[in-house]
Amino acid sequence: MVVAPMGERAPILHMREVDKTFNGGIVALEHMSLDVNEGDFISLLGPSGCGKSTALRLIAGLMPPTAGRIEWEGGQGADDLGVVFQEPTLMPWATVEKNVFLPFRLRGQSFGKVRDRIHEVLALVGLEKFHKSYPRELSGGMKMRVSIARALVTNPRLILMDEPFAALDEITRQKLNDDLLSLKAKTGATVIFVTHSVFESVFLSDRILIMAARPGRVIREITVDAPYPRGIDWRTAPEYGVIAREASATLHGALAQTEAAE
Amino acid sequence: MTAPDIGLEERRQKAQSGSAPLIDADEQRRARRRRNEEIAKYAIPIAVMTLAIWYWDRLVVWNEIEPYILPRPGLVLSTLIEDWGTLSQSLLVTLQITGFALAVAVVGGVGLAVIFSLSRFAEMSFSPFAVILQVTPIVSIAPLIFIYIESRMVGLLMCAWIVAFFPILANTTLGLKSADHNLRDLFTIYRANRWQRLVHLQLPSALPYFLGGLKIAGGLALIGAVVAEYVAGTGGIGSGLAFRILEAGYRLQIPRMFAALILIAITGVIIYATTSLIAHLALRKWHESALKRE
Repeated sequence: MVVAPMGERAPILHMREVDKTFNGGIVALEHMSLDVNEGDFISLLGPSGCGKSTALRLIAGLMPPTAGRIEWEGGQGADDLGVVFQEPTLMPWATVEKNVFLPFRLRGQSFGKVRDRIHEVLALVGLEKFHKSYPRELSGGMKMRVSIARALVTNPRLILMDEPFAALDEITRQKLNDDLLSLKAKTGATVIFVTHSVFESVFLSDRILIMAARPGRVIREITVDAPYPRGIDWRTAPEYGVIAREASATLHGALAQTEAAE
Repeated sequence: MTAPDIGLEERRQKAQSGSAPLIDADEQRRARRRRNEEIAKYAIPIAVMTLAIWYWDRLVVWNEIEPYILPRPGLVLSTLIEDWGTLSQSLLVTLQITGFALAVAVVGGVGLAVIFSLSRFAEMSFSPFAVILQVTPIVSIAPLIFIYIESRMVGLLMCAWIVAFFPILANTTLGLKSADHNLRDLFTIYRANRWQRLVHLQLPSALPYFLGGLKIAGGLALIGAVVAEYVAGTGGIGSGLAFRILEAGYRLQIPRMFAALILIAITGVIIYATTSLIAHLALRKWHESALKRE
């Protein structure tokens, strides 16, 4: 798929100087600004406590910011989202297809009308044969695919992913990274991806926001200029190593500063 | 099968020709143990029970105990058959009270739990009453109930209900609150309304808890029905098994006491088996408690 240059893509979401303070005065996020455009793949990369999950929860509308603004283009708010959590977060009592049906069901749509769409998305994630299975019959990676299918099924404007592959083994993780990129190419989805893995962020995203803790904040933005589709060639490219090294150095520098400040 | 130790080369040949056993000795041993356990699961309880009954019979014979103190098992059985007309009538009454009380306990317990989960205010207001009803022994409440309530049947039902509904209420309340927090967030993100949240998230999450409560409540409903009848005391045509035991006790018809007692015990076992079966059927597809480990 041909991705339009950054400047020509339609904007979706603007975060302006967003702060989030929890009771007790703990600053989870400080002065975060971010513009999300259609087709972006943005990674929020940082150690635990850097506010990356908080940023995601703010965007999802699960809590209001303490200060600053989160503005959606068109003004309808965060009602057109897909979300993937660190755990698959499936309903154990429902079959795979009924789990993927959930976003439609909560919009009051009947199963019969969207069955084709559900099966289409299940085919995209390679699980069309498992539509009648229960989550417990699937492996960890397969459960994650169901979770991704559920996030994709409504063709949302924005997909939020909160360390979705952190609990999986390395081999499954790489496979799912590859699959995620091909899904993105097929659907043109816009993704904000939270991770603490440097390599994952460099492999997947076109923009990496590196974050630091105490207070949680964005310290650097790196643009990854490699074209999609990316595969094993990108994983072994010299630029990949350069960017990964740079991101690692930034992360470690910030970590040392945080530790010195204590 | 005990294969003699064979050399490496020989084994390789065997494997290539396809005659090597697909299951090795260790797996065979485990399969055998599983099979034996499967048989023992039924055989051992039956054997021990039979032995206990035989020993009861011998005890009476050896010590020449009179039947009005301890009857022989055979006598209990023949009494059960002889008095089946009266006893079966009473069994039906006890079953009716137990079953109806359990049904009302399910509706009331789940209904109240849902109301509690929808409104913290309702929970704060009414849960103290539920707790007080639960912790006060039913024998001490029952006499009052029979003073205020004209119909004996309704009084009995109420006693059985009071004992049975609490585990259902407590378990279901807990279950409704224990939905996965990420799923709850997901429902919020998808703008689910309260009703959708209840039907598609909270009630399914509460199902295993509710079924656990149902197992306890089934036994308790029977206990409540029996105890309440002891307190109510008066007999007549519409009397349950508890009254038959009292009556037989006054008349020193000990074999009949035993016969009625056995009927109550069997009823309890059947209730437990039924509620367990319901729980198994409802959860076998998805819940950890009903899974067979590979």
